[in-house]
Amino acid sequence: MSVAVEHIPEVEVKPEVERPVLSPLREPLIEGHKTYSEATADICQLLDQKPGRGWWLAFSASFSVLVAGLIAIGYTVVTGIGTWGLNKTVGWAFAITNFVFWIGIGHAGTFISAILHLFNQKWRTSINRSAEAMTIFAVICAGLFPIIHLGRPWLFYWILPYPNARGSLWVNFRSPLLWDFFAIATYFTISLVFWYLGLIPDLATARDRIRSRVRRAVYHVLSLGWNGSHRTWSRYEVVYMVLAALATPLVLSVHSIVSFDFAVSIVPGWHTTIFPPYFVAGAIFSGFAMVMTLLIPTRKFMHLESYITLRHFDNMCKVTLLTGSIVALSYLIEIYIGFYSGNRYEVFVIVNRALGPYRWAFWTMIACNALIPQLFWFKRVRSSIPLIFIISILINVGMWFERFVIIVTSLHRDFMPSSWAMYMPTMTEVFILAGSFGLFFTLYLLFLRVFPVISINEVKGVLHYARD
Amino acid sequence: MPATDRQPNVRYMAGFFKRERDVLAAVREARRAGLQIHDVYTPFAVHGMDRAMGLRRSRLTWIAFVAGVMGLAAGLALQIWTSVYDWPLNVGGAPFNSFPLFIPVTFELTVLFSGLIAIGMLLIRNRLWLFSKRRVFDRVTDDLFVCVIKQSDAASDAEEAAKVFTRHGAIRVTEGDQFV
Repeated sequence: MSVAVEHIPEVEVKPEVERPVLSPLREPLIEGHKTYSEATADICQLLDQKPGRGWWLAFSASFSVLVAGLIAIGYTVVTGIGTWGLNKTVGWAFAITNFVFWIGIGHAGTFISAILHLFNQKWRTSINRSAEAMTIFAVICAGLFPIIHLGRPWLFYWILPYPNARGSLWVNFRSPLLWDFFAIATYFTISLVFWYLGLIPDLATARDRIRSRVRRAVYHVLSLGWNGSHRTWSRYEVVYMVLAALATPLVLSVHSIVSFDFAVSIVPGWHTTIFPPYFVAGAIFSGFAMVMTLLIPTRKFMHLESYITLRHFDNMCKVTLLTGSIVALSYLIEIYIGFYSGNRYEVFVIVNRALGPYRWAFWTMIACNALIPQLFWFKRVRSSIPLIFIISILINVGMWFERFVIIVTSLHRDFMPSSWAMYMPTMTEVFILAGSFGLFFTLYLLFLRVFPVISINEVKGVLHYARD
Repeated sequence: MPATDRQPNVRYMAGFFKRERDVLAAVREARRAGLQIHDVYTPFAVHGMDRAMGLRRSRLTWIAFVAGVMGLAAGLALQIWTSVYDWPLNVGGAPFNSFPLFIPVTFELTVLFSGLIAIGMLLIRNRLWLFSKRRVFDRVTDDLFVCVIKQSDAASDAEEAAKVFTRHGAIRVTEGDQFV
């Protein structure tokens, strides 16, 4: 138990941040002239509250969708992959689209927690906790799809290189699918420990002031006896930096490796050297859109306007604009190189994407990813929460379609016209996709109830920013 | 600090501060005055405290580096041994030792080893674990900064410490034989 050494009497001392002397150059990161204890109270009281009606409504909705998805998964596992719309020509479609989509979503969390940390971007402190949580949940959703796609998901562990009774027949280390497994397993593990490391000091804060006895006991165990010792803080900061430095190339490698699944093959439309940077930019683009989609309601319903300010959204919109423009440029280069190659199959893929039977998917992708985010050039759009919310959802739709276009339009008409085919998802597949959203939102809503949503200790470190 | 290090005669002085810059100034001056700083307890990582306390740079970065090299070696060894020596398989005519294709897995294992071992060593070094019974100063995870000075035999230490603490705006100064 956390033992109070002695009761400290309340002494009136002027807190450092009370003086609202603002720097002429910088704006404060946290609004409302918060003191340390106000910051603790604001974030910890969210854990003491009983969930409101809004939370229960959102939770029951997402949980119902999750159950529907689980039924669809159960049906698939019992019956087989024949329940999906796949055929001999289009052997990869919905599940792989969803997999790439969810992995991409996760990238923004690591970008915020690791890359922005390395670049000393202090505004990340208000949003990194929820963004990292989002990463973990998105990777869980992503990992689900290849496993269901196996057909015999209970044998998924065959992808591990362990000594076995089949001679030891080893896994094929030359296959991008195996790299995928290593990349995602590492990404998940490192993201999880990174997130937990950041949580430890805040769990200690929650432990020391939460009212519920059960919760206090849980936080007590999870906070690992954290007592704020600076000798501990000093090493903690070093390891946090090391992890940020490790997570940065890791996050770039993960989506690069996902893109190898396609780029290493010889299918026209997949066999492209631009894929790794193009996928990484797209991942950060879609991830930031999802962070904004999640944070706008979180901020509103949990009354976190002083912590997650318009400035945070402004910055996130700028990152979205930058990565979205990289994605748009990649689309142009892909089209240009397709024609420039002079290869009739490559040219055909480009033409077929834009004018063929899946043109609606292609043009949705272009509209949502290349055109709509350009609105973020305007300050007025970047400071309108409703507009940001709508655009962020459109970007997510667009990025899902991007993966659908890449996967399905490349496969459905490749070298041999005799084997051309169309693909349409079945209801089972649609339910599994919906179920993954249900899982994602269920986990996120639980996170909001269980852990401090904002990194309390990091926010305290930037309360003075641009003041005094 | 572990409980076993506690000698019966050693006494500690604790100064409680409400402001970051006060505790920093107090720690700096206490060190200049030759007092032995046991530890400082803060609600967040205070910048400049490492230097104020005179802490050495942590060697955990080197541990992370060595762990990364171990992961790299393990990853390469695993792939080369299984694909070249134990059971070479011809996959699409690729050479058994298709080295460039071994890079992704090697890289992932490097990161995995480095990250996990760095965190593991951090927890061990700081004695952070699930059933820790460490004591915590009241409100130190909220808004209080506590500087604890270990008293040596010199009788003047306590007075000196109290003076330093109050000069820098400590809201309270206490003495005890077992703090944290």
